[in-house]
Amino acid sequence: MKFLENFFNKYKPLFDEGGKYEKLRPAYMAMYTFAFVPGETVEKGAQIRDAVDLKRVMFTVVLALIPATIFGMWNVGYQYLTQVGAAFTNWEAFVYGFWKVIPLIIVSYVVGLGIEFYFAIVRGHEVNEGYLVSGLLIPLIMPVTIPLWILALSVAFSVIIGKEVFGGTGMNIVNPALLARAFAFFAYPTFMSGNEVWIPKPENADAYSGETLLGVLGQGNEIAYTWKEMFFGNIPGSIGETSVLMILIGAALLLFTKVASWRIMLSGFLGAALMAIIFNLFGANALMRFPWWQHLLVGGLAFGVVFMATDPVTATQTRKGKWIYGFLIGIFAVMIRVFNPAYPEGVMLAILLMNVVAPTIDYYVVQGNIKKRMKRFNKQAA
Amino acid sequence: MYKTVKISKGLNINLKGDADRLLQKVARSKIFAVKPTDFYGVTPKLVVKVGDQVKAGEVLFFHKKDDRIKITAPVSGVIEEIVRGEKRKILKILIKADAEDIYKDFNLVDVAQADKNQILNQLLESGLFTYIKQRPYDIIANPDDMPKAIFISAYDSAPLRYDYDFALRKRLADFQTGIAALKKVSEAKIYIITNGNSVSDFDKIKDVEVIKAFGPHPVGNPSIHIEKFEPLDKNTIVWVVNPISVALMGSFFKTGKYNTEKYVALSGSKVKKPHYVSIKPGADLSEIIKNNIEEDARLISGNVLTGQNITKDPFLNYFDHQITAIPSGKKPRFIGWLPFIGENRKSFYRFNLSPWRKVQYDASLYGEERAFVMNEELESVMPLNIYPMHLLKAAMIGDVEKMEQLGIFEVAPEDFALLDYISSSKIDTQELIRKGLDEMKIQLG
Repeated sequence: MKFLENFFNKYKPLFDEGGKYEKLRPAYMAMYTFAFVPGETVEKGAQIRDAVDLKRVMFTVVLALIPATIFGMWNVGYQYLTQVGAAFTNWEAFVYGFWKVIPLIIVSYVVGLGIEFYFAIVRGHEVNEGYLVSGLLIPLIMPVTIPLWILALSVAFSVIIGKEVFGGTGMNIVNPALLARAFAFFAYPTFMSGNEVWIPKPENADAYSGETLLGVLGQGNEIAYTWKEMFFGNIPGSIGETSVLMILIGAALLLFTKVASWRIMLSGFLGAALMAIIFNLFGANALMRFPWWQHLLVGGLAFGVVFMATDPVTATQTRKGKWIYGFLIGIFAVMIRVFNPAYPEGVMLAILLMNVVAPTIDYYVVQGNIKKRMKRFNKQAA
Repeated sequence: MYKTVKISKGLNINLKGDADRLLQKVARSKIFAVKPTDFYGVTPKLVVKVGDQVKAGEVLFFHKKDDRIKITAPVSGVIEEIVRGEKRKILKILIKADAEDIYKDFNLVDVAQADKNQILNQLLESGLFTYIKQRPYDIIANPDDMPKAIFISAYDSAPLRYDYDFALRKRLADFQTGIAALKKVSEAKIYIITNGNSVSDFDKIKDVEVIKAFGPHPVGNPSIHIEKFEPLDKNTIVWVVNPISVALMGSFFKTGKYNTEKYVALSGSKVKKPHYVSIKPGADLSEIIKNNIEEDARLISGNVLTGQNITKDPFLNYFDHQITAIPSGKKPRFIGWLPFIGENRKSFYRFNLSPWRKVQYDASLYGEERAFVMNEELESVMPLNIYPMHLLKAAMIGDVEKMEQLGIFEVAPEDFALLDYISSSKIDTQELIRKGLDEMKIQLG
């Protein structure tokens, strides 16, 4: 890779202090550090360092999202071609979905990274890697028919208002990807819900039905899908959220590498199961009667708990706090689903709510540590 | 019965180049450097000038705010140069050493007979008092504040561990005398920490409480044991003394001479034959490097976690007893951030699919500094009962009250060395803790 190294070295003086494009240095560094981990050595502090940096951590999350992304593309095609009614192959389904989904991903990255670069240049700091993950998460939690301009607007809103005003990656309060979805959901509800957004509508379909399972249940109807379909994911829904199997493959990678907290994942599923079991006992309507274990398979619950709740910046930061945080996300997700069918996607609101509450949970956990210490101080002083 | 301490949080990093338990003779260095920065918290007031003749044990400079704190010459010779930096800050005092040391004569004081003040006085006069570190704050002790307890860790759990058993095997009598002196000065309880997994000569030292330590690094750090047996607050003081310092004190009381010769470990993958040498603090290492260390190495005074880069200025720091040489590691790595294909370093994460592949640890930073994002990695190597990320953030903004509440009194920068290593955000946490401790000292006096 000498060629690439020479290429970067050739233009480096332009971006160094006193260079012609000095101000654009963060952009240059972002490109360079993407190609090469710089040869910088330790100046102060420990003289050896682990080979892990944020790029590696973030990229692992992107890798974990790939199975769900690829399956999502196939599923978009599958759902559409099934509506059309003609025979089709899996490959045709994937190709159809691929061309539907790729523009969303490109728009998300271009708009989001563009804003991140802009802020990095204005503030003169390095471009943080956080958006690598958000950029893929955002399209995956949107309906496939979302107009690109709404997507772009949501991305801009979430990066500027959700992240940069707080000081960038590491300082944000709520998960940027979920904020983008919430923005689109509340600003443009007609594009984000109903029974026509989840599957591209064929031009001459007679009997078009593309309601999500939760939407059907919310209206008090019984659903026509088996649990296997829910698990494997060939059901209507946001692009990346439908296949629990693919999400679990991603989760396995995150847990194996220890990038995501198993405490949050486990307690999230436990909370959701517990709440659903309680509702099962009442069984007052179709949503309450929906078997508790199937609650874990439908909607965005698995996707949210695995990929969004575990975002280390917006989750709680203490071990005890993680148990509480995950558990409450599970509880609230199912509760919102059941009590308020107008927003069937409870998990989004549950995580956003818990993002806001997370610092408070941490505060009390840390306060416990402080109280113990202060008690000892007073005893020693006495 | 021994006391025991067992921890599970922490990390052992196995590096190549453990020093053989073998002493090799080296020629005496011609130049010695004493750096005031080694005496943390001391504002130097010079006593000597260029051209002065000094004996080993004679005062070079003292602490401006407390003239009882004296720093003395490790060797006899002529002051060759006083190197100053910005604002005329003294960086180092260079002494051109005599072929053989002439020692200043200190009155012989029998530890068993002498009273507390006599011993304290001897320690102060000889400069040996500066070998005592005080907690909280991790600074040179104040002779007015006597400690509640003294902690001596004879178990180095850091990578390429220094073997105190080997280094002091022949000096256990000195060590015992040093213990007696410390006991008399402080009238405090003395704890010695030794490796729980092996038998140590220090288990048999008298008049001390022995703590057997089990678990990964940093289990040898005194903070772990202080937290358990003598927890700190702003009014409680404990002393931390290195076993080598204790032996030096012992031999000083026996001979009346300030002879600071000690075993220094030459270790690390860039050392041709890792072994021990016997030299004095401040020694110019260039001769030793020439014969033993491969070119293009990073030279560290101390260990890889808490040591200082001395490649450009190879003098042994005053209180260090280890020299580590590792590859300097200045090469960019093409898409080196990809998981699973990178280097097989010890990590909190599981990014390596081939743990059998050996890796040479070099001094690469391996990434750029970022905001704190991941927190479990930090907690995983912090065995003290504190929340490291919260404490570090409080230190960043200099919030004195918060730092006290979160336990800053219980820590020293060395306790964060593993956090430096493990942090994917590449933030220098030891430096932050030092900054926090300084801030506390200024605010609380």
